[in-house]
Amino acid sequence: MTPHDKFVWLMAAIGTVLVIASVIGRILLRRSRTDGGRAVIDNLNARVRAWWVMVGIFAVAFVLGKAATIVLFAIVSFMALREFLTLTPTKPGDYRALSLAFFVLIPVQYGLIGLDWYGLFTVFIPVYGFLLLPCVSVLARDADQFLERSAKIQWGIMVTIYCISHLPALLLLEIPGFDGQNALLLFYMLLVVQMSDVLQYVFGKLLGKTKVAPVVSPSKTVEGLVGGAVAATLLGACMWWITPFTPLQAAGMAFVVVSMGFLGGLVLSAVKRSLGAKDWGTMIKGHGGMMDRMDSVSFAAPVFFHLTRYFFTP
Amino acid sequence: MWLSYVLIGLVRLLFGASPRWVGSTPSDARRIYFANHSSHVDTIALWSALSPKLRARTRPVAAADYWNRDPVRKYIAIKALNAVFVERIPVTRRANPLLPLIEALERGDSLILFPEGTRTMQPLPGPFKGGLFHLATRFPDVELVPVYLENLHRCMPKGTVFPLPLICTVRFGAPLPRIANETKAEFLERARAAVVELA
Repeated sequence: MTPHDKFVWLMAAIGTVLVIASVIGRILLRRSRTDGGRAVIDNLNARVRAWWVMVGIFAVAFVLGKAATIVLFAIVSFMALREFLTLTPTKPGDYRALSLAFFVLIPVQYGLIGLDWYGLFTVFIPVYGFLLLPCVSVLARDADQFLERSAKIQWGIMVTIYCISHLPALLLLEIPGFDGQNALLLFYMLLVVQMSDVLQYVFGKLLGKTKVAPVVSPSKTVEGLVGGAVAATLLGACMWWITPFTPLQAAGMAFVVVSMGFLGGLVLSAVKRSLGAKDWGTMIKGHGGMMDRMDSVSFAAPVFFHLTRYFFTP
Repeated sequence: MWLSYVLIGLVRLLFGASPRWVGSTPSDARRIYFANHSSHVDTIALWSALSPKLRARTRPVAAADYWNRDPVRKYIAIKALNAVFVERIPVTRRANPLLPLIEALERGDSLILFPEGTRTMQPLPGPFKGGLFHLATRFPDVELVPVYLENLHRCMPKGTVFPLPLICTVRFGAPLPRIANETKAEFLERARAAVVELA
């Protein structure tokens, strides 16, 4: 199959799944009797509708090519950082550091992907961002809670810019025998994480009884986790044909992605709660905010990137 | 006016500025929206939280000594914001700076008012000036809707020109009930408390 054929088949498969989900949502809504049940179904349908939009946006970006994909993820980082900092208490003294994060770090980090500059891409935020932001903040001469403020800003930047930028960074990898198909790998990683989230939600709603982390994330259950993880790993293995992996390798990669995604969701849920919020935002109807959708992705992306780079590039 | 759409688009892109109707619903009744004032973006943020239909009949109140000072600001205030200018001087027997506002209300327009009279770089508003009281007494039928602008004080700390893109929400509370024979001080404190309650 040519990369183009693979893309068409993939989109057809996703489209079919979404059509089925939309139809099921309609039927469930017609059958629901109680108000509580109706609320769950309404939320489900809102999520499915948002999926149509999100898949549409990604598909268009992929068709338009590398530059459009990089810009798209830069916007995702911008929205995610905005949500993160909205919930994070900062002081007027952080103004310069925050401006730098939004208007310098994001364009530079994604610009480096555009320039194929892998070396600087990996160290730019952990080294230069980490060292320079507190330098800029300290000039505001406000030492009150300085460590907390700097640490929170650094955390937000690592998760929302550095980690998320590892998704489009997959386009940088030169994998033998896989030229010009890296966008499919990016799609693969996103699909596995998101399907794992969706399947955990579905299994949790159908079978969920035992809570994994009642305090941190009340909706996550053991049944949902196991069912979702196993199903997403199997689906990941079944999609080996769009990756440079063998079916078994694809299963292993999918398992890593699913595990990191689950842990990332848990960690960021704890962060969110420590900031006193239930959702990161309201921009995606039914899902919450951008960070509610990207939390698991942000933890899975760098690990997936480096595993692929270590094992599959010369 | 194209400039209004540019400004509103920019504010929405950077700050979201989405409305939350907590205690009231959008309505074309004559209203005075009064809100806390913490940044230059406040007026446009509140304005863009209203529907285009309501926006057309809702006029921000702008301080004449600031917005009428040079041609650029004047152009923005008049053309893009459809603002009503007010002189920041006390009401006396000789001069009533509120006359332009009274005329606007009499024409059936609604107003956006920042009763602190100046920007406060704090989450909570400072003491209110008397204009709101005089308008409320003169127009007993106009709905007085408290509005809280959340997070805008973080976007543009004093002395900065370029705003930080943090998400801001515009919360509309229940119209302030009218109480007969209330003193000016009591009324203003109650109005301020209504905004604080939305915070």
